[in-house]
Amino acid sequence: MNESHESENKKMETTTPSSLADVANAKVQKAPGTRAMGTGLETRGIHAWFGKNHVLSDVNLDFAAGTVTALIGPSGCGKSTFIRTINRMHEFIPGAAMAGEVLLDGKDVYAPGTDVTKIRLQIGMVFQKPNPFPSMTIGENVLSGLKLSQQKVSNKDELLEECLVRAGLWNEVKDRLGAHGGSLSGGQQQRLCIARALAVRPQVLLMDEPCSALDPGSTLRIEETIRELSDTMTIIIVTHNMQQAARVSDYTGFFLSEGGPGQMIEAAPTSEIFSRPRDTRTENYVTGRFG
Amino acid sequence: MTTISTPTPTRPWLPSTKDKLRDLFFFLLSIVATYVIVAITPMKGKLAYFILFFLLYMSLTAGLQYFARGSAAAKDAFVSSLVAVGAVLTVMPIASIIGTVVSKGYKGLHLGILTTDMSLAAPTDPIANGGLLHAITGTLTLVVLALIMSVPIGILTALYLTEIQGSLSRPIQFLVQAMSGVPSIVAGLFILSAVLYPITKGYSGLMGALALTILMIPTVARTSQEVLKLIPDDLREAGVALGGTQWRTVAMIVLPAARSGLITAVILGIARIAGETAPLLLLTGGGDTVNPNAFNGSIGSLPYYIWKSFNAGSPEAITRAWAGLLVLMIIVLVLFTLARLLGTRKVAR
Amino acid sequence: MTTSAPVRVVPAPRELTTQPRFSDKVFRTVVTIGGLSSLLILGLIAIFLAYRGYEVLRQEGFKFLTSSDWSISVDDAGNVVDSTFGLAAMLVGTILCSIVAVAIALPISVFSALFLNFYAPGWLKKILIAVIDMMAAFPSILFGIWGFLVLMPSVEYWAKLLNNYFGFLPFLKLEPYVVTRSPFVAGVVLAIMIIPIVTSVAREIFSQAPLDRIQAAYALGATRWAMIKAVVIPHGKSGVIGGAMLGLGRAMGETVAVYSVLNIVFQVNWQVLLGAGGNVASLIILKFGEASPYEIKALMAAGLVLFLLTLVVNAIADLIVRGTGKSGR
Repeated sequence: MNESHESENKKMETTTPSSLADVANAKVQKAPGTRAMGTGLETRGIHAWFGKNHVLSDVNLDFAAGTVTALIGPSGCGKSTFIRTINRMHEFIPGAAMAGEVLLDGKDVYAPGTDVTKIRLQIGMVFQKPNPFPSMTIGENVLSGLKLSQQKVSNKDELLEECLVRAGLWNEVKDRLGAHGGSLSGGQQQRLCIARALAVRPQVLLMDEPCSALDPGSTLRIEETIRELSDTMTIIIVTHNMQQAARVSDYTGFFLSEGGPGQMIEAAPTSEIFSRPRDTRTENYVTGRFG
Repeated sequence: MTTISTPTPTRPWLPSTKDKLRDLFFFLLSIVATYVIVAITPMKGKLAYFILFFLLYMSLTAGLQYFARGSAAAKDAFVSSLVAVGAVLTVMPIASIIGTVVSKGYKGLHLGILTTDMSLAAPTDPIANGGLLHAITGTLTLVVLALIMSVPIGILTALYLTEIQGSLSRPIQFLVQAMSGVPSIVAGLFILSAVLYPITKGYSGLMGALALTILMIPTVARTSQEVLKLIPDDLREAGVALGGTQWRTVAMIVLPAARSGLITAVILGIARIAGETAPLLLLTGGGDTVNPNAFNGSIGSLPYYIWKSFNAGSPEAITRAWAGLLVLMIIVLVLFTLARLLGTRKVAR
Repeated sequence: MTTSAPVRVVPAPRELTTQPRFSDKVFRTVVTIGGLSSLLILGLIAIFLAYRGYEVLRQEGFKFLTSSDWSISVDDAGNVVDSTFGLAAMLVGTILCSIVAVAIALPISVFSALFLNFYAPGWLKKILIAVIDMMAAFPSILFGIWGFLVLMPSVEYWAKLLNNYFGFLPFLKLEPYVVTRSPFVAGVVLAIMIIPIVTSVAREIFSQAPLDRIQAAYALGATRWAMIKAVVIPHGKSGVIGGAMLGLGRAMGETVAVYSVLNIVFQVNWQVLLGAGGNVASLIILKFGEASPYEIKALMAAGLVLFLLTLVVNAIADLIVRGTGKSGR
């Protein structure tokens, strides 16, 4: 896992910052909050610990509805930990602890009495490694979230098609929905996992390095999917690939750990981060001087 | 640099005091309701208490979750109670066994228990007559003999499976597994048919030890194999790369590194056979006097003593059986604790 | 440098031979012989039991498995006048007791394995695993005597309750009404003996459930139980069945614990609650004391049948358990 990160980072060294800024500027710019999709997601003073180990310190970030935010930074800077605190997956690690607030539509997801399963239905997640359920067919995989949370829908077939279309997988699998999820290629499996996350209609989709295990072709395909999905939901994507951050995101947050806990150094519209970062550490990172 | 005051770590996902109080309240409510229902309905007995309490607690917690969060959460709460009951049912017999053996067995203990045998005591004699000397020395003899035979074979088998990994590895692995499933009575019959009838024609400690050997080999082999697998391959490669033969590498690097794990394997093997009864009933004759000769004449053992006393049926004999069980249980517990303590550091640094 | 037409010569692969040194040859031979000991012992068991039991097996033929008479009469000189040996009642009893044992032990073991893996806090998990492993090491005579003196009265009471409320089910019938020392009682004692074994296997297999799929299920809003149903159970199903088979094999071969609590009757009885049962291993202990040399041969044949039965059950269990370990799902 670490090796692939390193090689990706190496690739970055050959890229000049101006070209990344061009990439960031080339896509259609979106103003935040243009659609009525809730007021979005805010994090207030997020800290995270594993046992005594303080891994993330005081992150304050707002994610406007309908935007894509990329989180970049070297390995071990707390990006993944941060997004896992958002949908409360952090708490599965033994010894984990946190502080701060995650406000979804103004309500703290960590408030006492909150039903954590409802939170995870509203905030979906796609993992680094594609992980379809091997005992289920493609169709069952897409609808598995409904089954897991015991929701009933009347129009299963429509939902199935809609999710697969939005995940960009429909044309490839429409004739073999009964096949097992494991029979797909890696890229297809990852899009299946995206379709699975979409089926429960989340407001927010977290993506934890969704392309790091995939080939370049599949990566592009998934990036297209992300751009299309961002019309209807808030997306937060963790990536080591700065090209990818530039290509898909409206906003970018840069995380860094300087020996101590990881911190968010700078967050700004993506084009600014790549053309005129305010912090020298950000500049050093995006120009490939370290990391 | 501005210094940020770090807040204290919290775990908001853990149940709050309010949640804990609520659970405790439900728990107490279920107990009270159970007593009330048992009192006013014809349902009686421990079973009624247990089942009623479970049903009440389960429906209270599941009901709460149903109204608060819906049917999925209710099912989850129901299953949480169910698996906890599974764990309770698993552990309850062992608590009962240990409790009974201790409470009944201590009455059979007396000062002379480790210094006298049963040669001059009848089953109906008072407890103070006779003791366990013959049984303990007998069990010791049997175990030592079985150790001498089974440990080399067991460890050689494990070495074959981990160091040689020849074409026979899979079948042998399978056979070792199959051997661990051989019923002890079959092992006894086998020694009876293959050694006792044609060759020695009489009970002896050796016969019992042979049967115990068959039962002990798979335990030693499998546990040793697990331990040897934990020895990193680079240790072996280092040994061979330094010009050592495979034999010397195994003898001087692999086995010493696995030493405490191998001792654990042997201890677990002893625990497996120390209380084995069925083959001893066929092969050892179970004498009442101390027999120092393991190769000739009937020899007592703890399991045989317990079995004999239990079947004699008189109250004194039953008490003797419990006392024997207590001693046997303590031996197994000590062996097992020893294995645990050693097992926590399977591979020596 | 001269360039000639490129002729690609593919060299023949060199043969890599290692000439082991003498000491290694000795080492490998000794270890291999040691490794083969299990084959040798299992083979010898089959051969000797078959050899000793041959006479009886030939006399009885297939009836040895289908009839349930077990009688021998000997004249004053010790010659066998008449004998019939049939194992049917004992075989039926063995199967009945062990099926009852597995039917009780399997759900309890699965529940407690789930509890250990997914519900218990760390400290409790550690203690429980130590206790359960220790219970697996307890000698069977302990379970037998405890079962007879402590457990049996309760179990007989449960048997009456079962018959009262579920007596309409054919296998819970009770005619005549005798509940003491029934296969059900033996089954409960056996269940308590095999629960630790099945629990350990199930726990081991559940703990190998892939973490990424567990997280995926939780991230989709699954409750703990929904996650277990979607990920852990499909992953561990066949392994748990294999563990249950291991328990079944152990239950079938158990001797003293069953002998202590079972009323052995030479009559085929399929009623679980009725106080008349059988068990091949207990038969051997029961008859061994007063057996004539000819009857001993019959017991050897019975031992052979038991050996083969447990061998088959264990073989299937092993295949299933190892199969799950391999495929990793």
